Amino acid sequence: MLKQTPLNATHRELGARMVDFGGWDMPVNYGSQIEEHHAVRTGCGLFDVSHMLPVDIRGDNARAFLRRLMANNVDKLQVSGKALYSCMLNETGGVIDDLIIYFMDENWFRVVANAGCADKDLAWMETMNAEWGMGVTLVPRRDLAMIAIQGPNATRVLNHALPGVDTITASLKPFTAAAMGEMFIARTGYTGEDGFEAMVLAKAAPFFWRALMEAGGRPIGLGARDTLRLEAGMNLYGQDMNATSNPLESGLAWTVDLKTERDFVGRTALETSEVTQQLVGLVLVDRGVLRSHQKIHTKNGAGEITSGTFSPTMQQSIALARVPLGIAPGDEVEVEIRDKTLRAKVVKYPFVRNGKILI
Amino acid sequence: MSIPADLKYTPSHEWVRVEADGTLTVGITHHAQDLLGDMVFVESPATGRALAKGEECAVVESVKAASDVYAPVAGEVVAANGEVESSPESVNQDAYAAWLFKLKPANPADVDALLDAAAYQKLVESDAH
Repeated sequence: MLKQTPLNATHRELGARMVDFGGWDMPVNYGSQIEEHHAVRTGCGLFDVSHMLPVDIRGDNARAFLRRLMANNVDKLQVSGKALYSCMLNETGGVIDDLIIYFMDENWFRVVANAGCADKDLAWMETMNAEWGMGVTLVPRRDLAMIAIQGPNATRVLNHALPGVDTITASLKPFTAAAMGEMFIARTGYTGEDGFEAMVLAKAAPFFWRALMEAGGRPIGLGARDTLRLEAGMNLYGQDMNATSNPLESGLAWTVDLKTERDFVGRTALETSEVTQQLVGLVLVDRGVLRSHQKIHTKNGAGEITSGTFSPTMQQSIALARVPLGIAPGDEVEVEIRDKTLRAKVVKYPFVRNGKILI
Repeated sequence: MSIPADLKYTPSHEWVRVEADGTLTVGITHHAQDLLGDMVFVESPATGRALAKGEECAVVESVKAASDVYAPVAGEVVAANGEVESSPESVNQDAYAAWLFKLKPANPADVDALLDAAAYQKLVESDAH
């Protein structure tokens, strides 16, 4: 039996094509994936991301707990509402999950876990909580639905759908959040566009979704979510990194704080690991489509595509790939696609931000 | 409309039209393009290539996934549709106009073994359950 979000019936009413997405019955598109992609780059798209799990961390030791649990440093969070992107690592330095951490007050942090990682994340956090005697309370929030409102018109759509919210959206900076009772609005997203991720009580979600549509938001499936995040150069857990990959070889060094003396899980492993690979962007020169797991040949040895797709914005195929160190933007590599060897160019990513092609 | 009665079909979702001169025009069905979604890449076989029945001979890729196209019967490729290669979305717009290649069958009678519209309809319906 697939799990359903509070918006499941809404998706079906809207004619979505539903798929099994890691055990969740989710909309992959509502018609054309490419049209949905463009709608987010030029207007406003709505995503049901209620399969992700918000977890509230409460208690006097909330900050101390996260300081030790996360590879990024929660001490960067000093102003209420500030958000931080971080990996949670295991003892060998592998990535258990990548999450966003919101700091609301010293007794309340909220982390949002990937759907497929939620159970193991919770179990890991509970284990660490007990082992370190932190005594924090972990509250999984399955009573909440999460809707992402993304695109250049996101503010207008949200303001229209939720009268009065304009006082909040007007001052909400990127990567910050505000809470009003059980409603939680963050200026975050996974598309490379301006936008929000709003959490509301599950029972309010269908009404909220309809109001956002009335205001001009277009439902977007998980298909376009993937092409949008890849153009934006954002990692996908399970593809671009996992429990056995080193974040320093996954384009995530910027999220790992090794500058401070802080002790955190995985630190020793990272500091003693030998980094031999890196994540780079690729643009296919020849005709075809780059896909994950395709083999790459470089002047420094073999590599592999971790995420690949056809970019609707750039009208050509792009990818993230793990390749040996020393391969740099401008280099050409070879990709094995079926029985052919095609040429791809190494580029600095992101590929697209705020509707503009950067390559 | 999605399964024309005058065409033949394969279980792997190719459609086949027998032309007046005996050549076979081959494409993928409306159902197949619907499953795959927005097409972004099409590669047809080279003219002159000899194909065995069931041989992988073309590729259609949507944003979502790549899918092989198989030779419905044995034969020789006598034409490939370059227009579809340069505008893959035409497969979504009209799967039965956007043919991929033409085949001169090794044995014209092989076509009789392909599915008719009714049989293909049944197969699509059983797919849906």
